Amino acid sequence: MSKTIKIRKGVDIKLVGEAEKAKSQINRPEIFAVKPTDFHNLTPKMVVREGDEVKAGTVLFYDKYNEAIKFTSPVSGEVAEIRRGEKRRILEVRILADKEPSAVDFGAGDPGSMSREQVVEKLLNSGLWTVIRQRPFSTIANPEDKPKSIFVSAVNTAPLGADLNFICQDHISELQTGLDAMAKLCDGPIHFQVSADPEKSKAFQGLKNVQLNKVSGPHPAGNVGVQIHELDPLNKGELIWYVTPSHLITIGRLFKEGKYNPACTVALVGSEVTEPKYFNTWYGAPVKPITAGRLKDGDIRIISGNVLTGEKIDNEGFVGFYHTEVSVIPEGHEPQFFLTEGWLSPGLHKFSLSHAFPSWLMPGKKYRLNTNLNGEERAFVVTGEMEKVFPFDIYPMQLVKSIMMNDIDMMEKLGIYEVDSEDFALCEFVCTSKIEIQRIVREGLDVIQKEFA
Amino acid sequence: MKALKDLIDNKLMPPFKEGGKLHKFWPIPDSLDTFAFVPGHVTKSGSHIRDGIDMKRTMFMVIVALIPCLLFGMYNVGYQHYMAMGVTTATFGDMFLFGALKVLPLVIVSYGVGLGIEFIFCIVKSHAINEGFLVSGMLIPLCMPVDVPLWMVGVATAFAVVIGKEVFGGTGMNILNVALTARAFLFFAYPTEMSGNKVWINTAGDGKPVDGYTGETLLAKATTTPVSEFTDTAGNAYASVNASLLDAIYGFIPGSVGETSVIAILIGAGILLWTGIGSWRIMLSAIAGGAVMGLIFNLVGPAYFPNNTFLALPWWYHLAIGGFMFGVVFMATDPVTASQTATGKYIYGFLIGFLAILIRTVNPAYPEGVMMAILFMNVMAPMIDHYVIEANIKRRMNRLKVKTA
Repeated sequence: MSKTIKIRKGVDIKLVGEAEKAKSQINRPEIFAVKPTDFHNLTPKMVVREGDEVKAGTVLFYDKYNEAIKFTSPVSGEVAEIRRGEKRRILEVRILADKEPSAVDFGAGDPGSMSREQVVEKLLNSGLWTVIRQRPFSTIANPEDKPKSIFVSAVNTAPLGADLNFICQDHISELQTGLDAMAKLCDGPIHFQVSADPEKSKAFQGLKNVQLNKVSGPHPAGNVGVQIHELDPLNKGELIWYVTPSHLITIGRLFKEGKYNPACTVALVGSEVTEPKYFNTWYGAPVKPITAGRLKDGDIRIISGNVLTGEKIDNEGFVGFYHTEVSVIPEGHEPQFFLTEGWLSPGLHKFSLSHAFPSWLMPGKKYRLNTNLNGEERAFVVTGEMEKVFPFDIYPMQLVKSIMMNDIDMMEKLGIYEVDSEDFALCEFVCTSKIEIQRIVREGLDVIQKEFA
Repeated sequence: MKALKDLIDNKLMPPFKEGGKLHKFWPIPDSLDTFAFVPGHVTKSGSHIRDGIDMKRTMFMVIVALIPCLLFGMYNVGYQHYMAMGVTTATFGDMFLFGALKVLPLVIVSYGVGLGIEFIFCIVKSHAINEGFLVSGMLIPLCMPVDVPLWMVGVATAFAVVIGKEVFGGTGMNILNVALTARAFLFFAYPTEMSGNKVWINTAGDGKPVDGYTGETLLAKATTTPVSEFTDTAGNAYASVNASLLDAIYGFIPGSVGETSVIAILIGAGILLWTGIGSWRIMLSAIAGGAVMGLIFNLVGPAYFPNNTFLALPWWYHLAIGGFMFGVVFMATDPVTASQTATGKYIYGFLIGFLAILIRTVNPAYPEGVMMAILFMNVMAPMIDHYVIEANIKRRMNRLKVKTA
């Protein structure tokens, strides 16, 4: 019983530098890294030490508060460095890759003929359980829990977002195996959302064991939170799990090949990229082999993920575990003279949802936006702007204010369980007062999670 | 522009920097710097790109929307003056110049006092100056009668900024509309300077007003005179009801500086709606509210109170006279003091229009009900929002109940 969701509120921010539909293979990098910081609220407990030999699938560390959740190495090699930040927080576990890859054998098998316990165990042992996240809180799911349904969003509406249809089209049988494994984890349905545009959902049409739903509308229609809100809204005390299609392919390979195969596809996008396209790479691979020779000169920012929710990394950094694109945009360190480029300029080069800029008269135009805040932080003044890009039956500004007040009761009443910071990314984008809304929402979720832990 | 930026950074800023002699006063040069140059601040967390809009552009758009009212107000001040004095030879230039000389001091005092106080608060609390007063400072002179003494404007502005805004935490935190707080303060503290027949038209100077001159506004006339007997400023009877209505729409009637011309206000409303900065929900529902109340009086008045001519004033006439349109377009839509939810905005706007005409009609002690209506609804706005949000919360609770039942 498939459904169609039409999202009306939101906006597609059109940027220069969309990826061309072509995949390139990069050379296998020498160094890989697993970043505990990719996982919300994770406190890692190390198993390996610097100098230890590991294989692809060897446990590197586990979750201090749930020892069953293990994180494994994507490649075979030697643990080169455990990089720590402030308060000795572990930032990266770097692995020097062997020339000849070798992997731990977890045993192949058809998930359809396995029991739930066997599937869970296989996922936990291989470290691939970590691809399953839960709502609320967007943390790694607890294998002890049972969700009411599982969501997969194969629609990427984010600005310059990678086309998931293109990424997955050659790996549909692995994807199906991954979905078969998911079906064991939950008694409820698996909601698999595809674009209503047949061109962007061709590859997924034949999938079985799922409820295929069509989604149309502007960003954030592709956000799993929006889809949950439309199809199976979360109430307090309920759990929903979600996985990305790319990760399902990895799970499918685990069951087909019996080992952790970290191959994945990432799109290199953005106005500061000379040839935006897709690259076949690996989880934990550095960004440099992808960007090398393909970046324009100047003051630029490399983002692992999309421009709305991604994480700033440097050119020596590593692509995040949940990210399917690397976006490169100009930095905005230059002050803007108020008449020519600043607040009183005609503003032809600026994109705004507000009609105070002419961008709304040029709907097809693509922009080269930089990281400038375009103003200074102020108290909330303008009302009604967030509601235009927030397709939930939730009052965004009131929820953000209740978080700022640390009013837990109000946060719950206003529906904090249904949202994640990424759902507020556009609210943050449009905010006239330049308030860091995603950070505030994340803090609110952390407070709630701690309160009921 | 690099030269200017260097001048600011290297010559102006150093003494105000952390550790500098004048560090305490940094909000002053900082406001100049950020006025001239949008700072090179980049995003640190969350979304890496941001919308082009900021508070400065938002506020500036409102000021642009107010300019037609300001210019027409200046012209009308002169127009009313020469008409009252019976001078028929005055040119457009004479009238505009006369008005400009009367109105500009009001604007200067309002901005001077208001921004001065804002800077003091910024220095004491050491935060950057906020753009909010740029709009309030323009609204205050536009909602004053032209003959109000300058010191009163200063006192009222100071009262409004300190008691109306800063004690609540500054721009974005106030409960009452700042400009209306200033007006209400004067209205109750110095009623003789804010109402009656003497303040709306400047008749100072040589000579006496023409015979038949009364100096009252159309709104005040309406309390005692049937609409068909309205007279213009010089005391001449209007040819028809439509003629007086047209005068009120063009704005050639006595009243507060910026409020008289419906056309100038509608140009401003157009700018606010085009840019999306003013809420169409509030404007539309307020006009609807005013029309409904006027219509009720039109229907009920003649039947039960045949001697009360004010009740018989046609409902569309109500919308054109007094400060109704000005208040609805520029004051009711203030996002900080209005309802914040979309549903709430409809209710809030409707009640403003409704109450404005109610207060104006049944209580002639307050010839202008719009000010009272907006201030009252400012106070009620959080309650409206509360119930709108409660409904949303209840909807979520019910979803859970339906599931568990």
